[in-house]
Amino acid sequence: MSVLGSYLHRHPRLRLAGLLSAPLLWLVVAYLGALAVLLVSAFWTVNGFTGEVVREFSLQNFRTLLSEEVYRAVTLRSLGVAAAVTGICVVIATPMAFFMAKVASSKYRNWLVIAILTPLWASYLVKAYAWRILLANGGPIDTLFGGPGNGPGYGLFATIIVLSYLWLPYMILPIYAGLERLPDSMLEASADLGARAGRTFRAVVLPILIPSVIAGSIFTFSLSLGDYITVQIVGGKTQMIGNLVYANIGAANNLPFAAAIATIPVLIMVIYLVAVRRSGALEEL
Amino acid sequence: MRNRWMTAVLAAGVLTLAACGGGGDSGGSASGPGGLEVPKIDKLAALGAGEGEVNIVSWAGYVEDGSTDKAVDWVTGFEKETGCQVNNKIAGTSDEMVALMKTGEYDVVSASGDASLRLIYGGDVAPVNTDLIANYKDVFDGLKNKQWNSVDGAAYGVPHGRGANLLMYRTDSVTPAPTSWNAVFDANSPYKGKITAYDSPIYIADAALYLMKTKPELNIKNPYALDDTQFQAAVDLLKAQNELIGEYWSDYTKEVQAFKAGNSVLGTTWQVITNLTKADGAPVEAILPTEGATGWSDTWMVSASTKHPNCAYLWMNHIISPQANAGVAEWFGEAPSNKLSCALTADKSHCATFHADDEAYFDQIWYWTTPLAQCVDGRTDVTCKDYAAWTQAWTTIKG
Repeated sequence: MSVLGSYLHRHPRLRLAGLLSAPLLWLVVAYLGALAVLLVSAFWTVNGFTGEVVREFSLQNFRTLLSEEVYRAVTLRSLGVAAAVTGICVVIATPMAFFMAKVASSKYRNWLVIAILTPLWASYLVKAYAWRILLANGGPIDTLFGGPGNGPGYGLFATIIVLSYLWLPYMILPIYAGLERLPDSMLEASADLGARAGRTFRAVVLPILIPSVIAGSIFTFSLSLGDYITVQIVGGKTQMIGNLVYANIGAANNLPFAAAIATIPVLIMVIYLVAVRRSGALEEL
Repeated sequence: MRNRWMTAVLAAGVLTLAACGGGGDSGGSASGPGGLEVPKIDKLAALGAGEGEVNIVSWAGYVEDGSTDKAVDWVTGFEKETGCQVNNKIAGTSDEMVALMKTGEYDVVSASGDASLRLIYGGDVAPVNTDLIANYKDVFDGLKNKQWNSVDGAAYGVPHGRGANLLMYRTDSVTPAPTSWNAVFDANSPYKGKITAYDSPIYIADAALYLMKTKPELNIKNPYALDDTQFQAAVDLLKAQNELIGEYWSDYTKEVQAFKAGNSVLGTTWQVITNLTKADGAPVEAILPTEGATGWSDTWMVSASTKHPNCAYLWMNHIISPQANAGVAEWFGEAPSNKLSCALTADKSHCATFHADDEAYFDQIWYWTTPLAQCVDGRTDVTCKDYAAWTQAWTTIKG
C-alpha cells in the first residue's frame, strides 16, 4: 500500500485521475448516457401488435406530439401546476424562513429546522395516500367545509395543494440558508439610516432573497413538472406529462413515444435553468 | 472542448445502441395476422423437480395466500406440496402484463385475450406441453384450442376461467338501480363527477358495445373491429363521458376505496372488486347490463425465458385443479375452466350463476381481444384501427 501511496504522491495527475474517474464515469455513463439513450429512442417506433421496438429512424413520435392537441393541453396544464405549486411554496416559505432566520432565537431555530425536515423522513406515498383520505368524500376536509361533497374533492386543485405540501421544505431550506447569511447588522444599519420596514425589505432583504427563491423554485418546479404519483392518487381524472410517460411505458408499452414525451420536461427545464443561470441563483444551491 | 465531450458521449451511446439492435430475428410459420410469424420456441419435453420458486404475474384475486382473507388460500398448500415458493405480482391492465412479461423476470402469467396473442407473437411465451399437465383433460372443451390461446393447434397455455365486466353501483345513492350501460354514458346523469371507468384503451370496446346496441346505423359487428367512422363515434362517446367521470381506475384497491367513501357511485367493475367493497361494509351491487358486456377468458401462459419451468408447470397444473380452480372462480366471481370445479364450490349454484358451460351465454360476452388493422370481424374492404391507435386515442379521451 505504501508503495502505491508514495507513487501516487509523486504523480499528482494520476492521483487526480484516480479520484475523479469513478464520479466522472457515473456522470457520463449513468446520467448523460441515459439521456442520450432517451434522445435516440425517441426517434424509434413500436410494432403496434407485438410491442417490439422497431429500431428505425422516424419522426413519427414528434409529429404526433406536435399535431395532437391533447399533448399541448397536458403540457400547459403541467406547466400551470408547476408554476402554481412554486407560487404557493414561495408565499408560504418566505415568511417562515424569515422567521426562522431572523426572529426565532437560536435555540428554537434548530428545532424549527428539524420540524421542517422531519416530514421528509416519511414516505412520499404515505403522505399522498394520507391526503387521499383527507380529501375523500365525507373526509376531514369535506367536514371542514360543511359536509360530504363540499370540499375540493379529487382533481387539479387537490393535486396543486398536495404537491405544495410535499415540496414546501425544498423551498424553505434555500431561502432560510440565504437569509441566514444576511447579517443582522445590515438590517440595523438600514434602520439607522432612516429606512422603514418596506424600504429595508426592498433594498436589503430582496437582493438576497431573490436568488434563494429561484434556487428553491428549481426544486419545486422540476419536481412538480415530473410528478405522476400524486396526480394518480388525488388528481381524479387529471393527466400530467408524467402520467403520459407512465401510461406509455407501463400500459401501452410504447417506450419510444414515452421517450419523445419525456423530452418535453427536459426541454422546459433546460430553458428554465439557462434563464435562471443569468440571475446567479445557481450559486445558492 | 465541451462540445467535443458531448459529441463523444453521444457517439458512444449511438454505437452501443446500434450494437444492441442486431438481434430479434425469428423463424417459423407465417400464420399470424398480417403475415406475422410465431417465433419458434420449444415446449418443455419432460417434467423435473421444482426449482424452489415461481414468479407470477396475475390479475388481482387470482393468487391468494390467505393474506387478504384467511379462508381464501390456494397458495400455501401448493408451496408446501411442491416446495415452489410463490412470488406474485398483481397487474392492473393487460398492457401492464405484456410489459412485465417482456422483462423476462416472470415465469407464468394469467393473460387475457388482449394480451395472449401479443405475447405469443412477441416471442415472450412458450407453447405448453399439455401432456405434462394432468388436470388439462378436465378443462371444458369450449375453452381449449381457441383463437386466443393457441396457434395452428399448438396450445400456448391452460384456460383459467372467464367472466364479464360488470356495472357496479352504490345502492344507497343510485336510484332507481341501473339496468343499462346508458347509466354511465347519459350526459344528463345526476351522478356527474361520481362515475368511474376502467383506465385502459381496451375500455373503448365498452363504448363500442354500447353503440352496437343503441346506434345500429353504425353497423358495428364486433367491438374490437372498428373502422374510422365507428372508432370516431366510440371516441366521441367517451370524450363526452369524460365530463361525467370522477376518476378512472386500474388499481383495484383505489376503486374499492373510492366506492367505500362515495367518491365513485357508478361504473365498471369486476365481481371480485364488488365482493371486496361489500366486505368493507359499503352498500354496492353489480349487474350485467341488458346490452351484454365485454369480458375476459384468461389463460395461464409460461414465459419463453423462464428460469423455473418445472415450478411453472406445477403451478399451471395446480391452479386449474378442481379445488384451486373452484376457489379462484368463487373468489374472483367468474366461471371456472375445470369441469370438476363445479362440484367443489361452496355455493353449489356457482357454475349455473356464472354460466360455466353455457356457450350461448358467452356468445353475448365480448372477450377482450387485441384490435388489429386487419379487422377481427372478418371485413376485408376496410382497415380497422389497431391497438396503437386505441392507445393514443385513450390519451386524447382523458384530455
